[in-house]
Amino acid sequence: MQKRLKEKALELLSNCTVTRVLGWKTGEFFYDLTPAVFETAEEVEKEFVYSGFSGANLSKYLIQESRKQGKVAVFLKPCDSYSFQQLLKEHRILRENVYVVGISCNGLLDMEKIRAQGCEGVTAVTEDGDTLTVDTLYGTTKLSRNDCLLERCAVCKSKKIVAFDELIGEQGEELESNRFDRVAELEAMTPEERFAFWREELSRCIRCNACRNVCPACSCEKCVFDNEKSGVRNKAIADSFEENLFHIIRAFHVAGRCTDCGECSRVCPQNIPLHLLNRKFIKDINEFYGVYQAGADMDTKSPLTDFTLDDCEPSIVHERGGVQG
Amino acid sequence: MKRIAVENLQSLFAAVSAKKQLYIPADDSAGQAKFTLWSEGTVLTEKLNTVRSAKDLFFPQVENLVNFKVSSKKIEILENRDSSEPFVVFGVRACDCRSFDILDTVFLSDPVDTYYQSRRENGLVITLACNRPAETCFCGVFGIDASDPAGDVTCWMDKAYLYWRANTERGQELTKSLSVLEDCDESSVDAIREASKQILQKLPLNDLDLTDFRENKLLDVFNDSAWGELSESCLGCGTCTFVCPTCQCYDVQDFDNGREVRRFRCWDSCMYSDFTMMAHGTNRPTQKERFRQRFMHKLVYYPNNNNGVFGCVGCGRCLQKCPIHMNIVKVTKKLKEGMV
Amino acid sequence: MRQDPLIPMLGEVTAIRTDTPDVKTFRVMGVDGEKPFVHIPGQCAMLSMPGVGEALFSITSSPTEPYLDFSIKKCGCVTSWLHAMEVGQQITIRGPYGNGFPVDTELAGRDLLFIAGGIGLAPLHSVINYCRHYRDRYGKIDIVYGSRSKDDLVDFPEIENEWCKEAGINVHLTIDNPQEGWDGHVGFVPNFVKELAFDTNKTVLMCGPPIMIKFTLAGLLELGFSREQVYTTMELRMKCALGKCGRCNIGDKYVCKDGPVFRLDQLDELPDEY
Repeated sequence: MQKRLKEKALELLSNCTVTRVLGWKTGEFFYDLTPAVFETAEEVEKEFVYSGFSGANLSKYLIQESRKQGKVAVFLKPCDSYSFQQLLKEHRILRENVYVVGISCNGLLDMEKIRAQGCEGVTAVTEDGDTLTVDTLYGTTKLSRNDCLLERCAVCKSKKIVAFDELIGEQGEELESNRFDRVAELEAMTPEERFAFWREELSRCIRCNACRNVCPACSCEKCVFDNEKSGVRNKAIADSFEENLFHIIRAFHVAGRCTDCGECSRVCPQNIPLHLLNRKFIKDINEFYGVYQAGADMDTKSPLTDFTLDDCEPSIVHERGGVQG
Repeated sequence: MKRIAVENLQSLFAAVSAKKQLYIPADDSAGQAKFTLWSEGTVLTEKLNTVRSAKDLFFPQVENLVNFKVSSKKIEILENRDSSEPFVVFGVRACDCRSFDILDTVFLSDPVDTYYQSRRENGLVITLACNRPAETCFCGVFGIDASDPAGDVTCWMDKAYLYWRANTERGQELTKSLSVLEDCDESSVDAIREASKQILQKLPLNDLDLTDFRENKLLDVFNDSAWGELSESCLGCGTCTFVCPTCQCYDVQDFDNGREVRRFRCWDSCMYSDFTMMAHGTNRPTQKERFRQRFMHKLVYYPNNNNGVFGCVGCGRCLQKCPIHMNIVKVTKKLKEGMV
Repeated sequence: MRQDPLIPMLGEVTAIRTDTPDVKTFRVMGVDGEKPFVHIPGQCAMLSMPGVGEALFSITSSPTEPYLDFSIKKCGCVTSWLHAMEVGQQITIRGPYGNGFPVDTELAGRDLLFIAGGIGLAPLHSVINYCRHYRDRYGKIDIVYGSRSKDDLVDFPEIENEWCKEAGINVHLTIDNPQEGWDGHVGFVPNFVKELAFDTNKTVLMCGPPIMIKFTLAGLLELGFSREQVYTTMELRMKCALGKCGRCNIGDKYVCKDGPVFRLDQLDELPDEY
């Protein structure tokens, strides 16, 4: 796959289809790839990498990149393409300045999960079908690939690339995913249990804003939490509960636009399962208004910004067992 | 030198805890290590290091400075300092222990920050030598010996025993009061140290060389053309800053609850867009300038003011936690390409 | 309990003078009626209203006066609040901070040229009155001061009635545009300085908007001044004023502690980030 992507990048640069290529750049180790813009064939030859660790969703960078001079090529995995299309729908990316190469995907790897399985001092990971061979400073271990997937990949919702100019690999299908199972478990808890669950999870937050800054749906020029005059600035912690509310408010702000790309949870240094908040909204939207997937197409209106006579009544919350008043 | 069998570690923790609050690195609900107030049942983590550094115990993310009561034209100043009680922190790694020296040069230099000072005076540091460093470790680059860390007490551990050596007066005082410890020979830890050294020698980042940063002019490094490329995918989040054991920039904020105004300080990050924002704008308008500030501070500004000591201890946290995997190692190596 | 430098003392605003449409001068005394502390000209203090915020201001009055004055332009959150308050209001104050001008060392015995634009007079005001108080310690004094209009000249009565009338002090005022009732010079400060063609043996103390500094400096260099002869004072966002919070860090300097006064050749060694 890496070879085909590299060849494509070189081809697009050399035939002047684009002036820049957005991809992943090699790091100190095999896993620490950095999103980067490649401008010359030499850079691509030397530094372009695509591997199981190319997890970063590049679509958000296009807000800036598509406004620069010349056309930029980008490699998008299926779930990245949903983010891309959602940003297009919100008029945040100039489509005419982007050349999208869709790439099929069989799931990406999570270094944290590999480490969590007792691998310390990892120096190399080799993929062989369903098995990962992990070389460390202290010996070699074999792990099941499935146990090392990023959370979003372990419950992949779609292998379909929804927006592209050309494809590398096979076009996929939407999948039957069990991604809402954990949400359903949380729904089944008592309110007290659920409250305790989130208080515990969110108590680890260090307010680094990585979740917000990586989120393709969080594309405001200036976030309300960065505005000194708003009174809710990111550092003004009145108490620990306000800290928790940051994430809940953020989930409200991206509701109906979040494609469930999972970047928030991937980047959280404290391993908070932030995607569960967004998924709760997605699940509710699906149940209240019919199945809706943000970014799946350019036309369908988001149920939260649309009104139809068939819309459910607010009382549905009560009917579902919510507490009234 | 003293020792205690590993299966009796809990009785050691109980004995220390009976005297002072004890913090040890233990796994949190997400399975990551965190300095945790010990109580019965708190188990020492098997992870190499905590996600958040030990600086939190001396320079917490949020702390009260003072309260004010405001009524019409009058103001009353009310003491509202978070109390700092004597405590012991166990299991500090060599890198974090060195970071205290760096924080000391900032907070204990004139005028002394008394909030930090009282925590430093109250905190007894027990370090734990590293047996299994990670690929991201590079403390050796800064002359830190992870097989023999500093601190009031230094500990080593193998499968059978925890070894204990008091280094300072207050370390000795604590040691004397712990009857659970038994005497043993100094040479007991030789084998552990040797094994650790073997691994430390093999670490992939050992070749990192920062001497060029001491020899190059401040403005030449500042004006290096590589900063644009290095910072282009930076998200502008504060992950690197907040997991860093030496980052110490802070903000002071007032919170008015309607009855009193609480003035508190909290961690801040030079990576944030509002860090230098004033009424008429900011002197670091793009992420490139903000990104550059963080690394220039650690690699050039801090050493310039502190006899060439770098503002980094090689703990590797930013290498593991940066969402886009940009970090001080990559920055250093890239900048060195442009140096003569 | 130890007293921390971050904890301010109480002060009271005992007088407020309106200088220009957007500048007021506040007199701050301790609640005991005494001056809160003694400063060096060019030093600053942190003023705060709890709940509104804390900000750093140049001390306008000379250390030889029995009070602290602050000429403050309304531009942000804290300054707007200060402009809205009344005499008798308590505020908090801590300081003094920064290095100040080298009034008793490098400046002693020198001919001095003060160049100020708008509210930039505030820190220089302290030095000017200090030099007037110890007049025999300094040589000739020239003051170039400019603002947008006559109404924007801070503390015009003192300038007109005291500075202008004092022997051995030459005051050169200018405003940006012609105005009724103004028969003085019209034009921007940089050009005015060039026109005045000062002797190059003077030591220059300059404060004003960055654009004024930039062009005035070019003019001074053209006249034959060297960068070692020019001092200026900087302003950046600060929180602690103790050289710790990191906000005003430029290169290996902290403006709050190593500055705010810098000689231009010292500034040349710092990154251009101010």
